[in-house]
Amino acid sequence: MLNSSLQQISDALRGKKISSVELTQLYLNRIATFNGELNAYITVNPDISLAQARAADTMLANGNAQPLTGIPIAQKDIFCAKGWRTTCGSKMLHNFISPYDAHVITQFNNAGAVNLGKTNMDEFAMGSSNETSYFGAVKNPWDRTRVPGGSSGGTATAVAARLCAAATGTDTGGSIRQPAALCGISGLKPTYGVVSRYGMIAFASSLDQAGPMARSAEDLSLLLNTMAGFDERDSTSLQREKEDYARDLAKPLNGLRIGIPKEFFAEGLGSDVAQAVEAAITEYKKLGAKKVDISLPNSRLSIPVYYVLAPAEASSNLSRFDGVRYGYRAPEYTDLADMYEKSRAQGFGAEVKRRILIGTYVLSHGYYDAYYLQAQKIRRLIAQDFVEAFKQCDVIMGPTSPTTAFKLGEKGDDPVQMYLSDIYTIAVNLAGLPGMSIPCGFGANNMPVGLQIIGNYFAEAQMLNVAHQYQQATDWHSRMPLLEGVRND
Amino acid sequence: MSLTIDDVKKVARLARLAISEQEAQTAHAQLSGIFGLIAEMQAVNTIGIAPMSHAQDVIQRLREDKVTEDNQRELFQSIAPQIEAGLYLVPQVIE
Repeated sequence: MLNSSLQQISDALRGKKISSVELTQLYLNRIATFNGELNAYITVNPDISLAQARAADTMLANGNAQPLTGIPIAQKDIFCAKGWRTTCGSKMLHNFISPYDAHVITQFNNAGAVNLGKTNMDEFAMGSSNETSYFGAVKNPWDRTRVPGGSSGGTATAVAARLCAAATGTDTGGSIRQPAALCGISGLKPTYGVVSRYGMIAFASSLDQAGPMARSAEDLSLLLNTMAGFDERDSTSLQREKEDYARDLAKPLNGLRIGIPKEFFAEGLGSDVAQAVEAAITEYKKLGAKKVDISLPNSRLSIPVYYVLAPAEASSNLSRFDGVRYGYRAPEYTDLADMYEKSRAQGFGAEVKRRILIGTYVLSHGYYDAYYLQAQKIRRLIAQDFVEAFKQCDVIMGPTSPTTAFKLGEKGDDPVQMYLSDIYTIAVNLAGLPGMSIPCGFGANNMPVGLQIIGNYFAEAQMLNVAHQYQQATDWHSRMPLLEGVRND
Repeated sequence: MSLTIDDVKKVARLARLAISEQEAQTAHAQLSGIFGLIAEMQAVNTIGIAPMSHAQDVIQRLREDKVTEDNQRELFQSIAPQIEAGLYLVPQVIE
């Protein structure tokens, strides 16, 4: 059952081969065994999960089940879930029991899915290694001395180690795709506006987007069918016809034009990653695709632009954490200003504070035009590069991350080095395009390599088709890390 | 243009973040590195380029001006650090 697709699990549940309670218990047992070492989950709540499983079994027995009914899904701890502790990886929210559900949570609840627990993440989704979590670093299940990537690192480890059937993530600058790549799983960041941000704790609102993380493109399509859709409570949610994201999975790839941006294969790319990605492109040629050389000349500017825009939006979003209505409040203070300053200084970790400082500075009087406005203008240049590129190709491919998973602590002291690990993913968020990562082999030290697939706006079904056809021809996505010696007991 | 330690302290105050001398110095070094990264942006010619704030050209939706939420004061205050008689308590601000 651990290696079955979501469709196979769904069929087994409907065919009464296994109950949702049995399946949920199976995963809860695995979490109890392996989570102490891997630290993929911040919170599990077996009582709630098993109650949802029993309700799902009733739906299944009554014949009114949907495709995800009874399937245990882990939720990144950025999604508010009623009655669940929702921490966003921060001391600031270490005691926050959400009084409401995020739209994504409501969608899964309505589908009858089981919430298996809340996965670990970089604090407020700010990080690329899952080392900034107040609840400790997550370990990569392929090598527990290495990072799982971030910020959705807990989700990536949980999916790779089979501690859930599938899970959710969010992606502001690569936070779904990079950990998916580093842990050898599949992850999709949809077009900005496809999945509602309601109840998803905000980092950089013009870039944040939720998406599914799972073991295959086929699984991703089922999850996205549940997650996507218009929600009036998110002012940036797009009003579009409901789509079936699985509709094109079986299409052959004859004539598919794959754009290869030369900037993604320049200096800084690890040779092991380059080799695996090039082998994947060769495989695509066998499947009938054609390679087209393209250029994204402004993509090198995406990191500077991102590190102005994202902190600016974060400094504004995180001003709500003031120790008054919820969350952490310092134990001692002299007056109101002192209470704010101490609560925030003690409640936020170093990386979050760093980004609040950058954001406050670039938005402050005298610097707004030079930084924020200039970054917004270059953002348009970056987006226009993609518009030009998609005149010549159907999808764009390249590496997701310049290297495979690095060692825990390796980039701890130098934020700039950490920021550079998102060099290939950030431009996609700035342009608001959909992007995904799928496993395409192993690099040095036998660590997984991710292939990034970037689609045009609203091309998720086509990207899932492109990924699925590759996964029919290869088996990288079905490889599983060995967990011997990881047991808690 | 370079960032000074006083800039760091001023920004920390604007952001309502208590910062020690030691933290200000560490933050100064790290922020200088980050602004070095950002500086690359300044050389780009953006004359005539409209700033992009949203990925799609969409119009801000408006909703009807009517109450849509139930009053859940007790539930919301159950997670507050300090309340009394249905009010959030903070240090006195008016003498």
